[in-house]
Amino acid sequence: MTVGIVLVSHSAKLAEGLAELAAQMAPEVRIAAAGGLSGDGGLGTDYDEVVAATQRADSGDGVVLLYDLGSAQMTAELAVESLADPSAAVVVDAPLVEGAVAAAVAAQSGADRKAVGEAAASAGLAPDLAAVDAPAEEGVEEKELTLNNDVGLHARPAAVLVRSLASFEAEVSVRLGEQEADGHSVLALMSLGARQGDRIVVRARGAQAAAAIAKITELVNTNFGE
Amino acid sequence: MGCSAEGFAAALRSAAEVIAEHRAELVDLDRAIGDADHGENLNRGFAAIVAALDAGVPQTPAAVAKLAATTLISKVGGAAGPLYGTAFLRASAKLGDAAEVDAGQLVEALRAALEGVQARGKAVGGDATMVDALIPALSAAEGAAGGSVAEVLTAAAGGADRGAESTVDLVPRKGRASYLGERAVGHLDPGARSTALLLRAFAEAAR
Repeated sequence: MTVGIVLVSHSAKLAEGLAELAAQMAPEVRIAAAGGLSGDGGLGTDYDEVVAATQRADSGDGVVLLYDLGSAQMTAELAVESLADPSAAVVVDAPLVEGAVAAAVAAQSGADRKAVGEAAASAGLAPDLAAVDAPAEEGVEEKELTLNNDVGLHARPAAVLVRSLASFEAEVSVRLGEQEADGHSVLALMSLGARQGDRIVVRARGAQAAAAIAKITELVNTNFGE
Repeated sequence: MGCSAEGFAAALRSAAEVIAEHRAELVDLDRAIGDADHGENLNRGFAAIVAALDAGVPQTPAAVAKLAATTLISKVGGAAGPLYGTAFLRASAKLGDAAEVDAGQLVEALRAALEGVQARGKAVGGDATMVDALIPALSAAEGAAGGSVAEVLTAAAGGADRGAESTVDLVPRKGRASYLGERAVGHLDPGARSTALLLRAFAEAAR
């Protein structure tokens, strides 16, 4: 079971499109769209829809709700308050698109409701990219890999990479040229802008550093399953 | 004399008529600084309340308020739905199971409604929202708490009118209008206006 996600938007198309996008990176996560008004399909937020979506998204591990503008937040909060167990769901202040992607990947990785909410909320911050200057440290595994898949480290491959790292005890970073991204953050990886043909350097530290590197090598060599 | 469930239902019917009459005005106010749907949304919500009351008036004033709350939350698409819904919901919680509401209870319900709206919308006085109508409405109502239900509501409506007028000079800090910043100065906030209209309708009905 994973934490469920509800996308509350004034627009049905926006909520559905975003649910589709996020689901591509998190196939096992229940992502429910609650957009627009149910009656005439117009713009607005529909309390009953949000309540129903929250119930659909909940597989027992709780739900994180994201929203687009003003009244969507209020509707989402009202819906959570009305649940039989309001502690099962939380409304998170996050940028809708980036937050939904980050939350979906975190949920897919098995994160709990608090961690999924934090992943969404921190998606609004500047990407975790650092300029590389430190020399290689002791106990750190490093490997250079060439991306051969069509889209490079775009959304889905980045999500696959982050998910696959969840099971390893290792801190992983990915470097492209001068920039280094946290290997556990989809948005940071995407921000590298690594494309087909680019050479990335994967660096891992921790008890399973070597295994993590081996896993990433396998993913890169199999083109992330594309 | 207090206000019964039937009396409260009648007041809501009057409010629905007033909102219908002022639908275009609220749309125009909202068009200037928002998305021009406030009048439509509120009219849809209150029409649904009337339909629900036609199907049967609940037993107590609190139950009538709760019916209004759930209807507005479900039927109004914009921010007004959760805000007015919360206001009626909190008021309902204050009224308990009394068959008749007296002036003192009404003031308490109004205070709970204001607190609910502020908690839901995170707005304070001076943000150019319905809160700017509700704050002076509550203080005027408190001043009239020794009188009748009609006197409390009349005082509240007067306070709301003055409060709504004050939003003309304010820079909005909440909702769609906040994106306009200084450009929204000179415009009456549609939410504050609708709050004043509703309290005036309640006051007229209570006479």
